Amino acid sequence: MSEERDVIIETVSRLMIPFIQLFALYVIIHGAGGPGGGFQGGVIFGSSFVLFIIAFGITAARKKVSERVNTALSALGVSIYAGVGLLCIIFSLGVAQYLNYGYLPLPVHFEERRALGMDFVEIGIGITVMAIVTSIFFDLAWKEEDEGGEE
Amino acid sequence: MLEIIVVAFLAVGIFFMFVGAVGLLRFPDFYTRLHATGKCDTLGEALIIAGLLIYHLFHYPQTPLVCVKLLFLIIFIFITNPTATYALMRSAYKTGVKPWKLGDERQ
Repeated sequence: MSEERDVIIETVSRLMIPFIQLFALYVIIHGAGGPGGGFQGGVIFGSSFVLFIIAFGITAARKKVSERVNTALSALGVSIYAGVGLLCIIFSLGVAQYLNYGYLPLPVHFEERRALGMDFVEIGIGITVMAIVTSIFFDLAWKEEDEGGEE
Repeated sequence: MLEIIVVAFLAVGIFFMFVGAVGLLRFPDFYTRLHATGKCDTLGEALIIAGLLIYHLFHYPQTPLVCVKLLFLIIFIFITNPTATYALMRSAYKTGVKPWKLGDERQ
């Protein structure tokens, strides 16, 4: 992947990336009641970063999305995903329904808590998938980049 | 009357898609094939979606959000499809794909 820049591709990418990310959030949030979900939304969000890497070059993208942030995000998503289930176990003691999100400690109605718990799980999945897709593309592109370089 | 307009939109859109497909199959090299599909697909898809939009707008006016989504689809296809064609053309030129000249073999 060469580092030469092109004004048309850069401008259109700059125009499209916010819309792609907005659409990804839409897909994640509507996953409970329609087609879509955390995984699909996460892949769309990750593909916006892939478009950024293709348009602006890999070194510019590395400055925006560093490896530490990426790893932290992938761990954070799994933690949210598991933590929601863990909270349900803790707060439904005696009933022990770890998939019943109605027992989450939120100041809203029982059914509303159930829907919110589902959304939290979707958001966790989305964050992890986004980070993993981005890091996979970084790893694939980086190998071609430093031919004859260090390592 | 409404059906006639919608069918006209769909028919013209399908005509453009058909022309693009014929160009993709018949033209001799990469650049001319992309020349055919890049423009014809953009306009054909936009016209087909416009026909669907008009149909939905008058038959199901209780869900106008679908029309807005279709409008966004048209706008984004008009922005991204020519850009993708341009990027393909440019990368092919940079990697040294030779243009076809009269008398050459089909690639």
